[in-house]
Amino acid sequence: MEKFEVFSGVGVPLRRSNVDTDQIIPAVFLKRITKTGFEDALFSAWRNDPTFILNQPAYKAGQVLVAGPDFGTGSSREHAVWALRDYGFKAVLSSKFADIFRGNAGKQGLVAGVISEADTERLWAAIEANPGVSITINLIDRTASLGEIVIPFEIDDYTRWRLLEGLDDIGLTLRDEQAITDFEAKRESWRPKTLPAKGV
Amino acid sequence: MTQQANPAAALTLAEKVWNNHLVAKGENGSPDLLYIDLHLVHEVTSPQAFDGLRLAGRPVRRPDLTIATEDHNTPTLDIDKPIADPVSRTQIEALRHNAKEFGIRLHSLGDANQGIVHVVGPQLGLTMPGITVVCGDSHTSTHGAFGALAMGIGTSEVEHVLATQTLPLTPFKTMAINVEGKLRPGVTAKDIILAVIAKIGTGGGQGFVLEYRGSAIRELSMEARMTICNMSIEAGARAGMVAPDQITYDYLEGRPHSPSGADWDAAVAYWNTLPSDADAVFDAEVFLDANTLDPFVTWGTNPGQGVSLLDSVPDPATMTDPNERAAAERALEYMDLKAGTPMREIRVDTVFLGSCTNSRIEDLRAAAEIIEGQTKAQGLRMLVVPGSAKIRLQAEAEGLDKVFKDFGAEWRFAGCSMCLGMNPDQLAVGERAASTSNRNFEGRQGKGSRTHLVSPVVAAATAIRGTLASPADLPAQKASN
Ligand code: SF4
Repeated sequence: MEKFEVFSGVGVPLRRSNVDTDQIIPAVFLKRITKTGFEDALFSAWRNDPTFILNQPAYKAGQVLVAGPDFGTGSSREHAVWALRDYGFKAVLSSKFADIFRGNAGKQGLVAGVISEADTERLWAAIEANPGVSITINLIDRTASLGEIVIPFEIDDYTRWRLLEGLDDIGLTLRDEQAITDFEAKRESWRPKTLPAKGV
Repeated sequence: MTQQANPAAALTLAEKVWNNHLVAKGENGSPDLLYIDLHLVHEVTSPQAFDGLRLAGRPVRRPDLTIATEDHNTPTLDIDKPIADPVSRTQIEALRHNAKEFGIRLHSLGDANQGIVHVVGPQLGLTMPGITVVCGDSHTSTHGAFGALAMGIGTSEVEHVLATQTLPLTPFKTMAINVEGKLRPGVTAKDIILAVIAKIGTGGGQGFVLEYRGSAIRELSMEARMTICNMSIEAGARAGMVAPDQITYDYLEGRPHSPSGADWDAAVAYWNTLPSDADAVFDAEVFLDANTLDPFVTWGTNPGQGVSLLDSVPDPATMTDPNERAAAERALEYMDLKAGTPMREIRVDTVFLGSCTNSRIEDLRAAAEIIEGQTKAQGLRMLVVPGSAKIRLQAEAEGLDKVFKDFGAEWRFAGCSMCLGMNPDQLAVGERAASTSNRNFEGRQGKGSRTHLVSPVVAAATAIRGTLASPADLPAQKASN
């Protein structure tokens, strides 16, 4: 996972609340066997509508999503985060996230920042006044800024630390790599080994 | 897990295995990091884990502690032809590709060690006492029969184990399931576990590792112990275990990957220390009398909805818990059953003998012994699916295939088959089966399928009578089974 400190990208005002994971990525895409390549699946039903926000040229290259409350509710599918990530999003701001979505986002390097409803409105208005404008996400001091506007967002300390350090679950465990190696050195020779294969 | 504060305290089997695998102790409520001795892989839950490794540029840390087989999607007929269903074929091809790329041993369709992942591990002697086993499959609890701590995990955890050979885990509680006494003829391990689940409920084991103990368990063969541990997950448990003993050692000795020579002696010396200490305290205890147990069958749509075969379909109106009552009403509607119908009058369309619960050689022998020389009920279909290609060969060497075929049953190639609707072996809408598998969920054996969970001997007797039956219901000469 890449380290995340300060990032600037095109802001996308998604004026919808209760965007559940079925809207983010419909179930038909769950049959795939890869963990990447879900960019086409993101909001796939909505993207059939030419007026949908991501179909507008100014927002096509969006990287910071500003959404209404209750984002990521419903099924726990990790694919929702993969789809946002694969499309190019680095951060989502909303006044309320579903817990599982927020947990999944942190594991995949996507910043899910909680902002107030009033600030959501301010950001929407500011983006719409200047479509294609960039929003800067500063994870070090937990702010999102657009021109003169600087608003604070919340993210829990543990997730923030992991994102700043670029640690996914595996990366976190591998900080104990020496302990694992030491443990392996003491592993008794009677314990199972699948290789070299016997009995074939 | 209070023992970690005081290492001298009396410990249970599960706690001993846990402590023995501690790589790093979690601080401030974060999970412990445990070493994983054996990682079993199959085609359904692994593709995204391998893709995650690829994405992060990580290798598999210990290919030599990892083994893969194909089971869920494999057809049990025409196994030399390409797999027809594109989704199934893609998953199998992805596993083959990943095994090659990451250097993992794979037993593919057509190979003598191909089969249901939980049958293959013990068969090769890879599953042994005092180890940790994981697999991206909930029935990994099967391996607990050897005194191993064996747990099912999700795809992100599969990736984690592939990359690090460890898993962050939160400590569990322990529950003793004491089964004392002697089973009557025709009553088997499957009946014990169905009775346990009916007693504690499908959520009764949540957060616990179960340890099956008592004189009735001590007498069981390894294969019967596997049947019991297999279904621990149906009680919601994290794992199920049986303490290793001479029966375990006899089963293991001489298998391809079992320790040998000095390693065997060292292993046995360690394994002998594993049984729970006499004064170890369990967080919960359950008691079951083996002497009075009947064959058990399910009537509903979860494995806890079971009764004695001699009973009738229960009446939801008599249930005091409103949730239980509502669930029972829904289940009876789905199963198309009326309260008060004697279980032995329920007619089935299909009998399935197979799955990681009951597809080993002893299961096949027990069923074959009952149907030998008998006639199959008219119009009934019976599918016999060995758990692995090896078991199929062994059964053929013993002539069991001939018994099944003469009876009119279909003798198939190894795989998960009709245990779940993921391969061509499925029930039609509304079709009713007596099945030796482990889940009777709505649609589990195909859309609209109706499942009664039963033991192999009940399956065999049912195939003869056409209605749910035990060997005792058959004409005199066979009633002695
Ligand atoms: S036989 Fe059934 S329960 Fe066992 S691994 Fe296969 S699908 Fe799962």
